[in-house]
Amino acid sequence: MSLDRRKFITVSAASLSGALLAACDANPKSAGRLLALAEARNETVERGLFRHAAVDRVPGSAKLAGKDFPKYFISDTVPTWNPAARGVWRLEVSGAVRTPLSLTLDDLIKLPRITQKVDHFCVEGWNARAVWSGVRVSDLARLAGATNDAHYVDFTSFDSDYHESWDMASAMHAQTLVAYGMDGTLLGPAHGAPARVHSPVKLGYKNTKYLTKVIFMPAKNGGYWSDLGYEWYGGT
Amino acid sequence: MAELVKRNHWIVRLTHWVNVIAIVVMAGSGMRIFNAHPSFARPGEHFALNPWEGHAIPAWLTFGSWLGGARHWHFAMMWILVANGVLYIGFLWLHGEWRDIVPRRGDAHSALEMIKFYLFVRRDHPIGGKHNALQKSAYFAMPILGVIIVLSGLAIWKPVTLGFITVLFVNYKWARFAHFAAMAVLLLLALVHVFMVFAVDPYSLRSMITGWYNRARSPEARNARPFYHLLAPGVESADAEAPRP
Repeated sequence: MSLDRRKFITVSAASLSGALLAACDANPKSAGRLLALAEARNETVERGLFRHAAVDRVPGSAKLAGKDFPKYFISDTVPTWNPAARGVWRLEVSGAVRTPLSLTLDDLIKLPRITQKVDHFCVEGWNARAVWSGVRVSDLARLAGATNDAHYVDFTSFDSDYHESWDMASAMHAQTLVAYGMDGTLLGPAHGAPARVHSPVKLGYKNTKYLTKVIFMPAKNGGYWSDLGYEWYGGT
Repeated sequence: MAELVKRNHWIVRLTHWVNVIAIVVMAGSGMRIFNAHPSFARPGEHFALNPWEGHAIPAWLTFGSWLGGARHWHFAMMWILVANGVLYIGFLWLHGEWRDIVPRRGDAHSALEMIKFYLFVRRDHPIGGKHNALQKSAYFAMPILGVIIVLSGLAIWKPVTLGFITVLFVNYKWARFAHFAAMAVLLLLALVHVFMVFAVDPYSLRSMITGWYNRARSPEARNARPFYHLLAPGVESADAEAPRP
């Protein structure tokens, strides 16, 4: 009994360290199946933990990142909307909705406005504070009449082919905005002008900048960074 | 004359080695994640407590090859680390073995005596229980650090959803620092632990694999200071078999 157990432990320790050593020189792709399984399980756990009542709270006295707020985009140069070439910028709200919307920036500004000082959590590990102004995605969903088929939302941009899809619960969180204002002024080109998604409930890469479309969908649609191997859920 | 005793229960041995793997993967992938932004300051701010602000950890110490890969490893292995930790602490609790590592009155004095012995101020090895007082403090600190690491990890994994944990560490930034600092202390203790195993009590390796330990070769029996068994082989073999006074 004791000998068998001893053997068992020695053998399992050896095979475990063997697997570890193999994993060490390998690209994560070779361990990919196991990691993908863990990611799927984690998504279930994360969705289970998600609470609409859990909101990001930043003290009123907290310093804003201001001009130091990092600026990211995937195009070679700052993406800007050129009305001469592309016409007036409009936000399309479509997909699993009863009445698709096509909103100009003025239309957005006229909708009920939320102004909130929240964190921006980057996948890299930093967080930065800013005051965001915009419209709740949940208000857009109500306005367009999102149907029962709307389980996911894709946020599409004009920054090359950047987009990210979200689970409906995170998109309907009260702090998830289509933001057109930052720190009291209209959004600048470096931060996603004319409008972007901003929410503290998802990591930065899920917060599509240079927004063009909000598409409600029955199934998830991946995303730019999610397709490159970052977690699709990316929730905080 | 061997004085064999069963020293470590199979649960202790199993969780010990699973822990080695889990901590290596967690620390390596954690440091790779850290390297994506190797400072604790928010953009535009300063962070005075880290003298190496902005300096990445050498890549050879990291695991997971890129930020996304390291995150996948980290968030997969965390379940094994936690399950293993719960099994170990649960076992200590239910089996009463917590008594071997929880400090009690007089341990500070015994620890001082151990230091005196290692510094050649005291001649003979203080007689203790399963572990000497220095080991006890290290083995007691490790699970506590583990709990801090897991809590601060949850605090930075889910700073909004589990915000009630994040506020225990003030905020996200400080939780991230606590996560890193506790890991650094744990790794330091683990390094000292491994060093001492080979320097003072290499025979304990057997007890962590098969469970059996030869008391005749305990540091007390050999009056072992670091590397004593290598530096004085003659004395060693004579002492090892000699009956204890």
